[in-house]
Amino acid sequence: MQLTVWTYEGPPHVGAMRVATSLKDVHFLLHAPQGDTYADLLFTMIERQNKRPPVTYTTFQARDLGSDTAKLVTDAIQKTYQRFKPDVMLVGDSCTAELLQDQPGTLAEGAGLPVPVVPLELSAYSRKENWGASETFYHLVRALLIHQKEQSGDKEEGIDKLEFKKPKANLLGPSVLGFRCRDDVVEVTSLLRAIGVEVNVIAPLNASPEDLLRIPEADFNICLYPEIAATTCAWLERTFKQPYVKTIPIGVGATADFLREVGQLAGIDVEEYIQNNSSRLPWYSKSVDSTYLTGKRVFIFADATHATAAARIAKFELGFDVVGIGSYSREQARDVRKVAKELSLDALITDDHLEVEKAISELRPELVLGTQMERHIAKRLGVACAVISTPAHVQDYPARYSPQMGFEGANVIFDSWVHPLMMGLEEHLLGMFREDFEFNDSAAPSHLAAEGTLSNQPEEDIAKNTNQEIVWDLEAERELRKIPFFVRGKARRNTEKFALDSGLDSISLDTLYEAKAHFSR
Amino acid sequence: MNTAATAFNPACPDNTSIKVDSPTLTEIPVRQERGERAVFCGLTSIIWLHRKIQDAFFLVVGSRTCAHLIQSAAGVMIFAEPRFATAVLEDKDLAGIADCNDEIDRVVERVLQRRPNIKTFFLVSSCPSEVIKLDLGNSAQRLNKIYQGRVRFADYSGSGIETTFTQGEDNCLKSLVEELPNTESKEKNLIIAGTIADVVEDQFKRIFEQLGVENVSFLPARNEEQMPKVGDNTYVLLAQPYLGETTRSLLKRGAKLIQAPFPFGAEGTLEWLRSVAKVWDIPEDKFESVISIPLARARRALTHYQDKLAGKSITFLPDSQLEIPLARFLSRECEMKLKEVGVPFFDRQIIEAEMNLLPADVTLTEGQSLDDQLDRVREDKPDLTVCGLGIANPLEAEDLRTKWSIELMFTPIQGFDQAGDLAELFARPLIRESRLEC
Repeated sequence: MQLTVWTYEGPPHVGAMRVATSLKDVHFLLHAPQGDTYADLLFTMIERQNKRPPVTYTTFQARDLGSDTAKLVTDAIQKTYQRFKPDVMLVGDSCTAELLQDQPGTLAEGAGLPVPVVPLELSAYSRKENWGASETFYHLVRALLIHQKEQSGDKEEGIDKLEFKKPKANLLGPSVLGFRCRDDVVEVTSLLRAIGVEVNVIAPLNASPEDLLRIPEADFNICLYPEIAATTCAWLERTFKQPYVKTIPIGVGATADFLREVGQLAGIDVEEYIQNNSSRLPWYSKSVDSTYLTGKRVFIFADATHATAAARIAKFELGFDVVGIGSYSREQARDVRKVAKELSLDALITDDHLEVEKAISELRPELVLGTQMERHIAKRLGVACAVISTPAHVQDYPARYSPQMGFEGANVIFDSWVHPLMMGLEEHLLGMFREDFEFNDSAAPSHLAAEGTLSNQPEEDIAKNTNQEIVWDLEAERELRKIPFFVRGKARRNTEKFALDSGLDSISLDTLYEAKAHFSR
Repeated sequence: MNTAATAFNPACPDNTSIKVDSPTLTEIPVRQERGERAVFCGLTSIIWLHRKIQDAFFLVVGSRTCAHLIQSAAGVMIFAEPRFATAVLEDKDLAGIADCNDEIDRVVERVLQRRPNIKTFFLVSSCPSEVIKLDLGNSAQRLNKIYQGRVRFADYSGSGIETTFTQGEDNCLKSLVEELPNTESKEKNLIIAGTIADVVEDQFKRIFEQLGVENVSFLPARNEEQMPKVGDNTYVLLAQPYLGETTRSLLKRGAKLIQAPFPFGAEGTLEWLRSVAKVWDIPEDKFESVISIPLARARRALTHYQDKLAGKSITFLPDSQLEIPLARFLSRECEMKLKEVGVPFFDRQIIEAEMNLLPADVTLTEGQSLDDQLDRVREDKPDLTVCGLGIANPLEAEDLRTKWSIELMFTPIQGFDQAGDLAELFARPLIRESRLEC
């Protein structure tokens, strides 16, 4: 048993629901007790969907267990089909139904429905949401396309190749309840159009089963969200010889690399386009106003896709110091570990938010880039935070256009990561006139005044002696308090480490400044 | 799931329409539906219970779905480290590789290390733990021995195969009742059962003091020390309409149930208090003098919203069991027209005093068949539909105004001084509609 307070990912059947809800003309019959119907609110409340998810729950109860839950499933299959008349039925069970072993998928396959039925096995006791989404997408695509493989002739032949045709690509991975998928799709589509690549099918977001049948018509695939689409892309590559683009276009550098990778597959020279089109991020980052961003200590925790992208942007495009990186995506942990290693860090791969909280409070970063969990943690610790990944809350599904991908996405990222921070001169003034009764470090940055004070964290928490053997003398302690609180914890730890290393058992005013000189920050 | 109603009514076997002897009930036909339901399971009540009982911890033994349900329903708004958690079952627990007893002990120990001040520890069973027949009663007994009274362990079911939404609280309180100390006192004492906001509790306490009703206690209390005692002179007054099992447990311990409408609105609160005054033999003039001022205040507060609600129609989808008392309040005190009132299940013993106050032409539904019910909503086109979070926005998108039922659980709505707030909750969507131009 795993002790869980909050979870980053829902159970696998919620992933299946995300795929079903992203698609059109597909209905998902979920063998599940009534409580599981809560999942509807993820879609209708968090993402403000205006329709109920296309999901019917069998909502069996204890009294049904004594009789025949399989009968309940069989009845529900017919009733659900009759009411919704979908083009494809997905059938699966949630954690409790998995234990009953009613095999709803097999029952549905035998129900003689006039449409394809895709049974799902969702492994509720070992897997989670993103895996469930990935499996569902893969099994659906496979079920629809496996027959085409048998019919499809050699793609190289035919009249198509003789006349000039725009290369076509599929965008695979974007889904409802993904992070800014709605806008990323628009951004990437326009990016591709600009270099002369036509988007063939976007899936699962807003795709119908008929659209999925057209997937093999594309020349290559673009895996926009490996958590959901990597398995499918790999299968399509094996089955239809469709190569796929692996770079995720989040950030200026990654977007350029993405375009180059696309260009290579499409046979298009993209360098001129990259030269002439970019984000405002590089200039904003170079402008003198941004010098105060230099070396800001940043902690990153997100799904693998957004965590690895954030590390690159933070380090190379904004000049931050990445002091910690991690992810809850165990399936993609290798990618995160690789990036961490390049940053000389150990990746924190966990789905226990208490571990993440511990890491953040120990590292005491100046900015946290995370999920809504990290936003809560950062709020409690009085650290600035921007949300960069799911799980996210309703405010992270904004009304305005705010992609993360492409050059416009980089603009959005610059704004939303810099916004929570104290502005440069403001930070200096705080350091200089700490004792001003109105303008001190317990005041929020002036442009965030409406959001309340920053330091709602008890003073003891950051000012705690990390080492009991070392005594601070009164003068040194008082001086320490003149350091703005967001770096005070670090100053204290550095000074104590310096004292220990120098074999001191007490810290004087001089020790404090010796340590400052030693660590030069 | 009609077990609550049938437990005390053997003449009413499960699966049939309720047979009734009350004249009003026979006049009101009850539609029974046995289809797809859209309702939270009993685990959801942990969201308010864990804040109400300040020295209790709730450990759900269940799946990732259970953990995800609680945090989604709570909206992760309450991120202050909660006094609940889920022990998520994994493959190795199901395969019997890991001994579930050892695993529970280990998880409990970890929780108590982090939270040494916990006095009551609830082990809450879930759909999967019940399907694999994990006996948390045994675990509670075993842990009671291990911790030797330093922490008291209790178990109850919050599973969706046994309970809906507020029934979780019913089961939780029932498990508390079994452990309540006995009192031999010859003096009458009153237990007010059902979680209500602290501020409302304090208001009721003051009114009872003024009436001269002593020995009033609340279930659940804010901490273990203040939990009520129960004996032959204990009377039970329900502040929430979903406590059938808790009530029957209290009756078994010798307590007597005071039948009353629930304290929603001016009238409901008045009758609720009056029923106690009768049992306590409080003179009529004293009763009048104590309640006249808050009653007048409640009626005055209601006048702000009555014209906005009067004549408007409302449908309740089955959700929290609050549907019948709220429908009564809205029809009698706000002159709303009731279209359909759905409840997850009827518990006659608990709701009796309310039934006589409902208009005779109300359509009552027990249970649910979601899509059919939504079809009726579309046909009826009520001005307001009270429903769960999953359904509200889709109905709004069909141009039907809605009120989230969970808000009624998280807002102080009982008592005289909340009567206006309660009406306002229903008026707000209508006021909003009238303000927006597009």
